[in-house]
Amino acid sequence: MKFSEQWLRTWVNPALDSVALSEQLSMAGLEVDGIEPVAEVFSGVVVGEVVKCWQHPDADKLQVTEVNLGTDEPVTIVCGAPNCRQGLKVAVATVGAVLPGDFKIKKAKLRGQPSHGMLCSNSELGLSDDHDGIIELPADAPVGTDYRDYLDLNDVILDVDLTPNRADCLGVRGIAREVGVLNRLEVSEPEINAVAASHDEQRAVVLDAPAACPRYLGRIVRNINLNADTPLWLQERLRRSGIRSIDPVVDITNYVLIELGHPMHAFDNDKLQGAVHVRMAEANEKLTLLDGTEVTLQNDVLVIADEAKALAMAGIFGGEGTGVTESTSNVFLESAFFDPDTIAGRARRFGLHTDASHRYERGVDPELQRTAMERATALLLEICGGEAGPIVEAKSDKHLPQAAQVTLRAERLARVLGINIAATEVTEILQRLGFTVAITDAGWDVTVPTFRFDISIEEDLIEEVARIYGYHRIEAAAPAAQLRMIPRQEAQLSASTFKSTLIDRGYQEAITYSFVDPKHQAMLFDETAALTLPFPISLDMSSMRVSLWPGLIGAVAHNQKRQQQSLAFCETGLRFLPDEKAENGVVQQPMVAGIRAGKAHAEHWSDGERAVDFYDIKGDVEALLALTGAAHEFRFVADLHPSLHPGQSAAIFRGDKRVGYIGAVHPQFEKKLGLNGRTFVFEMELAAIQQRYVPQAQPISKYPSIRRDLAIVAKDTIAAGEIIAAIENIGVNHLVGLNLFDVYQGAGVADGHRSLALSLTLQHPERTLEDNEINAAVAAVVEMLTSEFGATLRE
Amino acid sequence: MALSDIVAAAEAAVATATTPQELDAVRVDYMGKKGQLTEQLKSLGKLSPEERPAAGQAINDAKQRVQELINARNNELKQAELAQKLAAERIDVSLPGRRAQVGGFHPVTKTIQRIEAFFGDLGFRTVEGPEVEDDFHNFDALNIPANHPARADHDTFYFTPTTMLRTQTSGVQIRTMQKEQPPLRIISPGRVYRNDYDQTHTPMFHQVEGLMVDTDVSFTQLKGILEDFLVNFFEEELEVRFRPSYFPFTEPSAEVDVRRKDGKWLEVLGCGMVHPSVLQAVGIDSEKYTGFAFGMGVERLTMLRYGVNDLRAFFENDVRFLKQFN
Repeated sequence: MKFSEQWLRTWVNPALDSVALSEQLSMAGLEVDGIEPVAEVFSGVVVGEVVKCWQHPDADKLQVTEVNLGTDEPVTIVCGAPNCRQGLKVAVATVGAVLPGDFKIKKAKLRGQPSHGMLCSNSELGLSDDHDGIIELPADAPVGTDYRDYLDLNDVILDVDLTPNRADCLGVRGIAREVGVLNRLEVSEPEINAVAASHDEQRAVVLDAPAACPRYLGRIVRNINLNADTPLWLQERLRRSGIRSIDPVVDITNYVLIELGHPMHAFDNDKLQGAVHVRMAEANEKLTLLDGTEVTLQNDVLVIADEAKALAMAGIFGGEGTGVTESTSNVFLESAFFDPDTIAGRARRFGLHTDASHRYERGVDPELQRTAMERATALLLEICGGEAGPIVEAKSDKHLPQAAQVTLRAERLARVLGINIAATEVTEILQRLGFTVAITDAGWDVTVPTFRFDISIEEDLIEEVARIYGYHRIEAAAPAAQLRMIPRQEAQLSASTFKSTLIDRGYQEAITYSFVDPKHQAMLFDETAALTLPFPISLDMSSMRVSLWPGLIGAVAHNQKRQQQSLAFCETGLRFLPDEKAENGVVQQPMVAGIRAGKAHAEHWSDGERAVDFYDIKGDVEALLALTGAAHEFRFVADLHPSLHPGQSAAIFRGDKRVGYIGAVHPQFEKKLGLNGRTFVFEMELAAIQQRYVPQAQPISKYPSIRRDLAIVAKDTIAAGEIIAAIENIGVNHLVGLNLFDVYQGAGVADGHRSLALSLTLQHPERTLEDNEINAAVAAVVEMLTSEFGATLRE
Repeated sequence: MALSDIVAAAEAAVATATTPQELDAVRVDYMGKKGQLTEQLKSLGKLSPEERPAAGQAINDAKQRVQELINARNNELKQAELAQKLAAERIDVSLPGRRAQVGGFHPVTKTIQRIEAFFGDLGFRTVEGPEVEDDFHNFDALNIPANHPARADHDTFYFTPTTMLRTQTSGVQIRTMQKEQPPLRIISPGRVYRNDYDQTHTPMFHQVEGLMVDTDVSFTQLKGILEDFLVNFFEEELEVRFRPSYFPFTEPSAEVDVRRKDGKWLEVLGCGMVHPSVLQAVGIDSEKYTGFAFGMGVERLTMLRYGVNDLRAFFENDVRFLKQFN
């Protein structure tokens, strides 16, 4: 809500400057978003009259004028505007004037003709962007008056960002009332008197949907002159509210809208047929709006209709064909109260948002319609002439909102606010707000005036009291509560724990968007359907991620383009897998994922450098799995994944359940995804690794452990993991450690084979192991490897 | 040779020995089986029994003396040898260490962790929930019925008319209140979404919302806990002001501004007393219980705390940006 501060001050004029007034409004919950001068800085501009005007002898497009500035002698000014003519009243920048942009007006000669000033356009004064020639002032503009005084330009525009509950302040009247309350000042409303009818033509109004429209006032004003100019003062007030002048009728309804906060509509009376009906639209009823678009209505949309058809979307937008046009001479004015719930959401449904819908869906004062009608009629007669008919009012008392009766309990007030405000002060605050207050034993019975239609429950009154009392006067106190511990399950690992481990291993936590480029996602996950945003920010942010990989790959690509080559990112967050059976049709699963590219570690003077490989990132994953205390429950099984290199990818299993994937991004996607070189990724379901074992301590053996190494040769197609698992599974007596410490392929080992060197560590808890026991254990392992895998001991 | 001369000669020999081997030769020469001092002992037999004790004592003293000399020299030689060895092992300690790279948490996470710690100390449990929400949890239960103007202000990403990306984490609070009765103290951090993208808006950002419901929770306490939080979060004495505002789910409602040294007022969070309709919608007796709720934008707090001036930097994940927070 933007409005002229000076206009507000004609209603109520507190002894506060603009800044202090704005501060006061903000601190009362009417947040002032901006204080903006109504005009740029200029000086030396006065009202002048062109008394003579003739063609410049040496320039086709220039005219020479003599302008009366109210001084003894007229001054000569050369002007290039086509609308410059004798008798015109205009804004004149005199010699010595300074215009916006620090433009100084000096004596000049234009093509030989002296020019002592400049006739101004609105754009030259910074008042608007229109370049339609010089300003044309009304004939009664007083020559010689400073233009700033004439237009009252020493004013600011206050822009109040109103919260949805304060629709009562969507007019200067409401703001003024609030300022009055805050400053304990009387508000002087403009005098609005009933306009007596000078003819008796009227149009019947029928409320077919009285719950949706319980009050409708109509009035015919005949023989208006639409060619009349809207007075400058009115145009200026509208301009300061951000509204352009259109024609006098529209300007007047807009003026009432800003002044009283009440929307109105004007129909061309000659285009209406029979009675006006306020009714619900029929399903699929068509209506062409003022802007020419045709809409198809539903039966929950309220319309204004005549006996032939729907004319307008009630409270939202007028229709084509019945609006006021240049040829209109008789108007039918509408001033109605519509039920907010009937209007709310309808404008948005049709992609509309108008000053009227903005107010009606938040609410207007149900008792204001007649005042608005009289105000508009009076202005119309004053500006456009014409004759007003009688007001026809159709209403349904039982559907009209009643003044709310709300009880405020002193005990509740104190309990919610936490302070005791003196009863007398509470009473005084409520009365200042215009409420009718009856004091009871328990508190206050409050009758709320219709203009505060936002007040309906006790909490509303508590808020009003707190607001006017001043939030700053309410002290701060520490909350009191019973000390009760928050359960903390030791067996539950948090997402942060995993991230911490990755961070310690060099990963940077990334946060990537939950919506990704569908092209990239479909490339990587061609078999997984994704949830799509119907109205995304942009196409490349329209697909809900089915994995954290697209985002992480994007982060790596972004950095590689900026000379950052060695990268490690991790992220935790939800992935979104469509599933009809899940709540809201989507499984939202917390994941942990990582990505690495570039070097395995920073280049070092002693260790050189090395590209990151599969085993680096696998080591990172193993570190995460170790946090569960059950690393042995997990397996890495070579597996194909559409995103991954077929020879460097594995599924991660916990027992029989697949819980994630690890591998190199498939080289065929690298370029398309903007990746520079081999990139490794992993992703696991957080829930699968969040349960850890609470340790159960075992005694430590006092007896020596024995290590035996064996080198075996086996076909290189046999996964080392299978061999290790097989050794673990046969239950070697007293095996406490098993490590694969060398892998060799080459001279001395047959083609298609490789040598694996394993160390077995054996230890008995209660005694020293005998040689024959150790030998038997090793022999059992060798025998199993021979029979299961065809392995031989390496010579 | 007189005993004293032998000792003197031995002393000279010890002093000239430069290696442990030479020193050992000296030891053998004087103290070995056929050493000069050993020989002296053998000669005791020739003396009278009266003379023997004194002479024996003198020889033993001499042996002890020589042994001490040898020990001392031996120590010297070992020290020298060690010193030489250590000198050979000298390295350039100024060369860079074999430092494993350590990463860091995202600044948004850091802020969430700090907020969780402040409120966790006061018994506020962290709860999380789904990001694809239904209109009941995201709107209806929060006293924002269909067609409420506040819905339009949310710039919601809808999937269907009834499902959407959550615009606030309040849905998590609704879910918690549906399951548990007061006293309740929770905070809910997480991602939220609004269809808005410009200099000061990203379509995804993070919020932490908090809720406390108990028998006598009041606005004074809301002020108390938030002032406490803001002073601790920024670790400076700053001015805090509560400005009346409107949220459908709280009443009275407030926006909270802070002013740091020489600064302007900056809005940092919204809060209020839980609206009775919200409590009633989840089956909590709004006569018996009162509550407060607050919500803050994590990115905004992070920007103010660490001097970040471009919101979008948080989601570009440029390592040069992120590493500044390690």
